[in-house]
Amino acid sequence: MAAARRLLPRWAGSLRPVSSAAAATGAYPKRVKVVEVGPRDGLQNEKNVVPTPVKINLINMLSETGLQVIEATSFVSPKWVPQMADHTEVMQGINKLPGISYPVLTPNLKGFQAAVAAGAKEVSIFGAASELFTQKNINCSIEESLERFDEVLKAAREASIPVRGYVSCVLGCPYEGKISAAKVAEMGVSVVDASVAGLGGCPYAQGASGNVATEDLVYMLNGLGIHTGVDLQKLMDTGTFICNALNRKTNSKVSQASCRL
Amino acid sequence: MGTVPSALKHCLSYQHLLKEQLWIAEPPAAAHPAQEPQASGLPEYIKIVEVGPRDGLQNEKVIVPTDTKIELINQLSKTGLPAIEVTSFVSSKWVPQMADHKEVMRGIERHPGVQYPVLTPNLQGFHSAIAAGATEVSVFGAASESFSKMNINCSIEESIERFEEVTKSARNMNIPVRGYVSCALGCPYEGNVVPDKVAESSAFRKLKDLRTQHEKEVSKRLYSMGCYEISLGDTIGVGTPGSMKKMLEAVMKEIPLSALAVHCHDTYGQALANILTAIQMGVSVVDSSVAGLGGCPYAKGATGNVATEDVIYMLNGLGISTGVNLCAVMEAGNFICTALNKKTNSKVAQASFSTRTTN
Repeated sequence: MAAARRLLPRWAGSLRPVSSAAAATGAYPKRVKVVEVGPRDGLQNEKNVVPTPVKINLINMLSETGLQVIEATSFVSPKWVPQMADHTEVMQGINKLPGISYPVLTPNLKGFQAAVAAGAKEVSIFGAASELFTQKNINCSIEESLERFDEVLKAAREASIPVRGYVSCVLGCPYEGKISAAKVAEMGVSVVDASVAGLGGCPYAQGASGNVATEDLVYMLNGLGIHTGVDLQKLMDTGTFICNALNRKTNSKVSQASCRL
Repeated sequence: MGTVPSALKHCLSYQHLLKEQLWIAEPPAAAHPAQEPQASGLPEYIKIVEVGPRDGLQNEKVIVPTDTKIELINQLSKTGLPAIEVTSFVSSKWVPQMADHKEVMRGIERHPGVQYPVLTPNLQGFHSAIAAGATEVSVFGAASESFSKMNINCSIEESIERFEEVTKSARNMNIPVRGYVSCALGCPYEGNVVPDKVAESSAFRKLKDLRTQHEKEVSKRLYSMGCYEISLGDTIGVGTPGSMKKMLEAVMKEIPLSALAVHCHDTYGQALANILTAIQMGVSVVDSSVAGLGGCPYAKGATGNVATEDVIYMLNGLGISTGVNLCAVMEAGNFICTALNKKTNSKVAQASFSTRTTN
C-alpha cells in the first residue's frame, strides 16, 4: 500500500503551536481540547459503508496523534444507521490507549447497555434545539428525548460512566430555519469537535460539506499558540489513510495545501 | 437517527432557508431592526473589492475567452460590488491570461458608482491602461525580497522605484492608485526553516522579523507615495488570527486604519477567521474572489482566494452592510464555473441546491 504522503510545506509554520506568548492575552483559552468525531459523525454521513478493519485502523491511527477524545461508534439500531452496524466489533477491536477517551453514542437505555457490554467507558447523548429536527431525526419530541436520556444518565451514574451531551441545530435548523440564541448557552468554550479530513457531508444539502476538518482546526489553534497536544503531521497521515480507503478527496484545506511525496 | 431521504423531502426548500438565514433580499438593518450589530465594535459597512476577474482568473490554468471575461465582469457589476479588479496591464509574455487586457477594458459596461481598477506594474503598463480607458490602477509590492525577485524579477527597492514613477504620473492625472503588499504573513521562498520544539530557530525568526519590517516599510512607502489604500496580502494563506493581529498591529502604527485592506487566501482554511480578526481590529475593506477563483501557484491542488460568497455570508450574519446581493454573486459564480468547467470553491454556493430562485 503506497499511499501518497502529504507533508506540510516548509513555509506553513503552524505544525506546532508558536510560542504561547503569541496567544492574545485573556482573549483565548491556553488549551483547547479537540474532540475527534470523524469515526462516528464523519463516517456516519459518508455514502460508502466502511469495512470494520478500516474503521478500527482509522481509530488506532487517530489514537497515535495525541488526540485525547475519539468518538468511536454509535450503539444505534443498524436499521437506522447501517454504517454503525458493526459497533460491537469496532468497540472490541480498537486499541484503547491509556489517557484517551473513546465515547460512543447511546440514544437510549438499550444502546447504553449494549455499549457497556462491549466495553464502553464513556457515552454520548444527542439532543436538539429544534422540535422539528428532533421529530424528524429521532422520531420523538424534545421532551420525550430528554426522558430517554434521563434513563441513560441514571444508568450511567450508577455505573460511574461519564456522559457527554450534544445539542444539535444551535445556529440553524434545516426544518425550522433560525434558532433563538437564548436556547443555547455559550460561555468560555474550550472544547471543540472536529472530524479528521472533514469527513461527513451535510445530509441536508446535497454536495455540501459538513464537519470542520480537524487538521484545519489544529492548524489555526497552533497559529494562535493554543495547546492541543495533537501532532498535525500524524493527523494528516490519518486523514490520507481514510480518504484513500473511502476513495474520496479530503475536505481539509491544510491537507490540500500539503505537498505529496 | 432518521433516514436521510425522507428527511430531505420534509426539509424546507433550501432557497427559502438561505433567504431567511442570509437576509439576501434585504440589507441587514432592514431585516433586523432590533439588532445592534455595532454594539460589537465592528464596522457598520465593509467595502468588498472583487478580485476574481484579475487575481482569480490569472491563477486559473484554463485561458478564458475575452467575451467570457467581459460577461463575468458585467454580471459582477450588477451585484452591488463597489470595486471590481478588471485586468492587468502586464506583458502577455509573463501573464498570457491577461493578454487581452485592452479588449476587456474597452469591452466591459462601466456602471456608475463602481470602480474598475487594473494592475499596472510599471509606467509602460500605466500608460497602456490609461489609453484603454482605465480610471484607477493598482501596484503590487512584496514584503519579501525573495518573492519580489522571483515574482517581478527585481528587488523590493527597485520595485518601489518603478511604482513611484506610476504614482507620480497617476497623481498628475488624478488617477487613484491602490497598493498591494504580498507575503504579509508568510513567504513561499523564505519559510525554509521549520521552528524547533522550544522556540523558533533564530534564522527563521530573523527572516520573519525582516519580513515584518519590510511589511511596515513597503506599506509606508506605498502609502506615502500616494496610494489611497494598502491591501495586505496573506499570499500563501498561512496566516492565522494570531499572526494577522500581530501584523496589523505593526502596520497600523504607520498607516491609518481607514487606508487598510486585507487580502486573505484560504489555502489552509484560515481566511474567514483571519478576516474576522481584521475587521474586529477595525479594518473595513476586504478583498475576495467570486467562487473562490484562483488556486495557489505555490501549492499544487490547493485553493487560493477566499470566496466572495462566503465572505458576504459571514458579514450578513454579523449585520454588517456591504451593499452586495449574495444571490447575484452566486449567479455570477455559477456562470464562470460553468465556463471554466470547474466546481466552485465557495462553500455557500456548494450548500445551495441551485443559484436560481424557484419562487
